[in-house]
Amino acid sequence: MILTLAGKELRGLFSSPLAWIVAALLQLILAWVFLMRLDSFLELQPRLAQLADAPGASEIVTAPLFSAAAVILMMATPIFGMRLIAEERRNRTMPLLMSAPISMTQIVLGKFLGLCAFLMLPVGMVSAMGAALAAGGEIDLGLLAANALGLALLLATFAAVVLFASSLTSQPIIAAVLGLGILLASWLASLANPDSAGVLQLLSVTRRFERFNTGLVDSADLAWHAIAIVLFLLLTIRRLDRDRLVGHGA
Amino acid sequence: MPIESSVATTVSARQLSRHFGAHAAVRNIDLTLRRGEVLGLLGPNGAGKTTTMQMLTGTLAPSAGSICICDIDLVNHPVEAKRHIGYLPEHPPLYRELTVDEFLRLAARLHGLPRKRVTQALACAKARCGLSDTGRRLLGSLSKGYQQRVGIAQAIIHDPDVVVLDEPTVGLDPIQIRDIRALIRELRENRSVILSTHILPEVESVCDRVEILHQGRVVFSDTIGGLDRFNRGLALQAAFRNPPQVEALAALTGVMRVEALDEQQFVLHRDPQHDPTDALVTRSVQAGWGLYQLGPAHSRLEDVFVQLTHEEPAA
Repeated sequence: MILTLAGKELRGLFSSPLAWIVAALLQLILAWVFLMRLDSFLELQPRLAQLADAPGASEIVTAPLFSAAAVILMMATPIFGMRLIAEERRNRTMPLLMSAPISMTQIVLGKFLGLCAFLMLPVGMVSAMGAALAAGGEIDLGLLAANALGLALLLATFAAVVLFASSLTSQPIIAAVLGLGILLASWLASLANPDSAGVLQLLSVTRRFERFNTGLVDSADLAWHAIAIVLFLLLTIRRLDRDRLVGHGA
Repeated sequence: MPIESSVATTVSARQLSRHFGAHAAVRNIDLTLRRGEVLGLLGPNGAGKTTTMQMLTGTLAPSAGSICICDIDLVNHPVEAKRHIGYLPEHPPLYRELTVDEFLRLAARLHGLPRKRVTQALACAKARCGLSDTGRRLLGSLSKGYQQRVGIAQAIIHDPDVVVLDEPTVGLDPIQIRDIRALIRELRENRSVILSTHILPEVESVCDRVEILHQGRVVFSDTIGGLDRFNRGLALQAAFRNPPQVEALAALTGVMRVEALDEQQFVLHRDPQHDPTDALVTRSVQAGWGLYQLGPAHSRLEDVFVQLTHEEPAA
């Protein structure tokens, strides 16, 4: 049942021109970043060769590529996910799901997994770019895997946040702005004071990714993502339950 | 077929109430529906029809009261109970970017139909709703009438015991209305159908029973025959060649209110206890009014309401 719903969301994303346009732009920008980094690596290579324990292609090309992808996808995920619930409200299709023999949790999980499946495409594309370096030399597979995992978790968290934002309104654009607002606030939390280890750091979603980005997979970071995802999914379920209890502003 | 299909009472709602803030949209409604029955919920806009249907289909939680669908409590076991419900909301819930086939397959899967039965159910629902040639069309490109049919197909594809249709014929042309009414009559075989409308003839043509809602309360609940008797018994239509003053008609014993249709025709709303027919005929002969037509008036919904709300003691 959850997969049926996830499939429906995935199909919905692929049938919207907006998602295709954003995905194409994304790919264009990331390819550009990839080539720039590769170019600078080739320029640096003679000097690197003289260093002992020099950073390899993976550190110079792949890691910054994933960083760039994380930032760009923070902007793009709200656009991909804004319609998830807001559009169902606007088109008044929610009763189809609400009157079907499925629980609110299944509805929310289905929508979340549908968006996640879609977001795994850019993760795959970026990882493929990183892996393509293997054609010209040795690559650090561990670093690549840590980055791919980090990006996947980051995007899943973004997806949960955007799904929640989408459940708050019946206007997809407002959902996108809200989602972006939450994500930017969380990003700024770490920028505000990069050295402190206070509450702001705890709220920062990108701070986790920075560690994955250096190849460090810490169980605390895995747990952080899991908690963030569950929290926002629960908030979404609560919000939809409220629709049923309070009425759709009718 | 599930075993539950032998249950005779399909819908049973007790003391159903729903408040939106301080506003009570539905107050203490009781509903019972047996297999093979079509129940019409009749009422003006804002009477609580849609709210009642939303509660019966589990899309809106009742403020008070209980609902059982095929003996399963909808509030405590929503998933099991909803398996037996097909619902067409006021606005058909269609994903415009899907084709008819894709959408109906999705609806069938969402309603828990196993994958291998979907194709058969799809063909069956499409044949019933006259959609056999439109499978590959996008929902967004269909006319209103066809969208409504897809909405109904979506509600019956999983062969539910209870079909709830919220104003199924609104916005359709007369031929489409006729088709949909025929479909509803066909659906009642081994099912229960609840439909809402504000059109009196619609109820008369397809329903077995009617509940009239007014300001969130049931003000009339009877079979169609009962509605008909009520309807006919409470208003007379009379035509005179030399029409008297309206006041003269109103003065007759048993006449509560007189409405002039045109110069010669009048509708007399009568007191249920006193039949003014004899008095009217006698008076007409005496005064030379030239009565040439007298019969039960086919009242409009508004008249029924006026009567019903007149009768209601102040609650």
